[in-house]
Amino acid sequence: MKSLFLLPFVLPLALITAPLLAQPVPPPTTAPPAEEGGLSGSVSDENDWQDLGIAITDFATDADVATGTNAGSTAQLGRGLSRIIAANLRNNGLFRSAGPDGQPQPLFGEVQAPSYGLWQGRSAEMLVQGSVRASGGGQLTVGCYLFDIALKQQLAGASWTVAPGDWRRAAHKCSDLVYSRLSGENPFFDSRIAYIAETGPKSRRIKRLAVMDSDGANHRFLTTGQAMALTPRYSPDYKSILYLSYLNGNPRIYVYDLASNSQRLVAQTGNPTFAPRWSPDGRWVLYSMAIAGNTDIYRIPAQGGASLRLTNAPGINIGGSFSPDGSKVVFESDRSGSQQLYVMNADGSDQRRISFFGGRAATPEWSPRGDQIAFTHIAGNFRIAVMSPGGGNLRYLTDSWQDEAPSWAPNGRIIQFFRTERGSGKASLWQVDLTGRNERRLPTPVDASDPAWGPIRP
Amino acid sequence: MSKRNLALLLALSAALSACASKAPKQLPPDPGAGTAADSAQQGPIPGSQADFAAFARGQDTVYFDTDRYNIDSEDAAALATQAQWLMRYPAKRATIEGHCDERGTREYNLALGERRANAAKTYLASLGVDASRLTSVSYGKERPAALGSDEASWAKNRRAVTVTID
Repeated sequence: MKSLFLLPFVLPLALITAPLLAQPVPPPTTAPPAEEGGLSGSVSDENDWQDLGIAITDFATDADVATGTNAGSTAQLGRGLSRIIAANLRNNGLFRSAGPDGQPQPLFGEVQAPSYGLWQGRSAEMLVQGSVRASGGGQLTVGCYLFDIALKQQLAGASWTVAPGDWRRAAHKCSDLVYSRLSGENPFFDSRIAYIAETGPKSRRIKRLAVMDSDGANHRFLTTGQAMALTPRYSPDYKSILYLSYLNGNPRIYVYDLASNSQRLVAQTGNPTFAPRWSPDGRWVLYSMAIAGNTDIYRIPAQGGASLRLTNAPGINIGGSFSPDGSKVVFESDRSGSQQLYVMNADGSDQRRISFFGGRAATPEWSPRGDQIAFTHIAGNFRIAVMSPGGGNLRYLTDSWQDEAPSWAPNGRIIQFFRTERGSGKASLWQVDLTGRNERRLPTPVDASDPAWGPIRP
Repeated sequence: MSKRNLALLLALSAALSACASKAPKQLPPDPGAGTAADSAQQGPIPGSQADFAAFARGQDTVYFDTDRYNIDSEDAAALATQAQWLMRYPAKRATIEGHCDERGTREYNLALGERRANAAKTYLASLGVDASRLTSVSYGKERPAALGSDEASWAKNRRAVTVTID
């Protein structure tokens, strides 16, 4: 297996030194948030750093040689890397990024020593430069450096040695370095998304399990569409995916192993199972099972074993999302007569309702930071909303006909969801930040639903 | 037509129209233009799914109110018709498919569709159909019968459909 190493490098950065496993190269294949009277919470204003102008130059190379990547020679790779970084920072509404086109381009020797005079008076306050070198064994070493132009000072820097198939990861690592240093937030770009790809007529949509990088690249279909696939969840270590499949005609949840492209049933049962979820440490799986029309939530060890029933209330108890420390679960139940949100301990004890506002509340997802719960609020239309785990501070992030099933970015600052179009039923992936201001559609090859954003890649 | 037959026909049409209030029923298959003798020869094989569909005349499906799964009197009449056929062919197995309209979230609707299918299944069993002959499967909101995003379409999609296994 190809491997990828992160080399600790320069400066006061928290650099990861563990070797990374390479992913196989895949085959080719706005509405402003409405504030509700009396319920609006505090919205952190991110203007300070969102207005920062960042110039990005072509990553320079010491010698323009062929690479084993799909991006061309090292010089072409340098341009590709800087374009990915510029798009990452711009597309997420994070910064005003400029370049690499139309910028002065540094020589290899100037990458870590920019001509500050050249940059003063231009619109950018920050400068990102980088380098690409061919290393032994076909590997590539990518350097990434962030400079404050006014201070004439390097703020951050790192380099990574990557296998050819992983070259885009270096650009995501660099984007994360810049984002984290300037925002003070945890990284999120070096992550992947599992989702459901949809094609065909509304009456008989074909739904396939698919995966891609956080920017839509390295896309791969995992199932053929013969059996309908729904509701995937990446495991925390990215080795497997939980999802629902109608293989053999009945809805059951499976765990799909990405190394072997094989799958197994999570729970051996004659009953339908839905809504699979991982615990944050990957040791447990939550699933929901219907018996005689009643649905309850169960917990089972991820490696198999005995199931523990967590809910025992008449009605539909379904879904569930662990708090980051694994001690609590937020879930959905209609035991009160309509879908509402409840919190319980991870062993099922102390179940109490937390949603007390009009309408119905569904698909809760606990933020990786622990401070908020994202969910689908239903009052005719579906809207993505967040609330505090205690039940207060309801805030809408979107306003459309049907926005469903939020999934958090690894750093808890951005939420992905799927939007369904009235009439046609066509669905697409979207993301919105916690201010509700920066909303955008994610590029997918075909229609898409059920996004499941994985953590930062190990 | 004799007076007696006319009275029967009127009673039958009254019963049918009483069923039409909640959701439109599918028309039975066009019997074609042949003579009675031809129709008998070309009719579906007795005991087949086609025979069940022709017998049920749209009563193979029961409809539900928003977010509900209870069997009302109209549903009970349809299920009685289904049970009549199923009792006639005791070797036949059937699957009840539960569905929802598009106004619920995906996972909840999978559970709600299962609940609806199970309600129909339980009712058929209460009429004497051996429960071991019946299975249920939920498609949630993934397989709509009517494609609009309007009240009329949603009413047609909140359903449980009985399909016999050939």
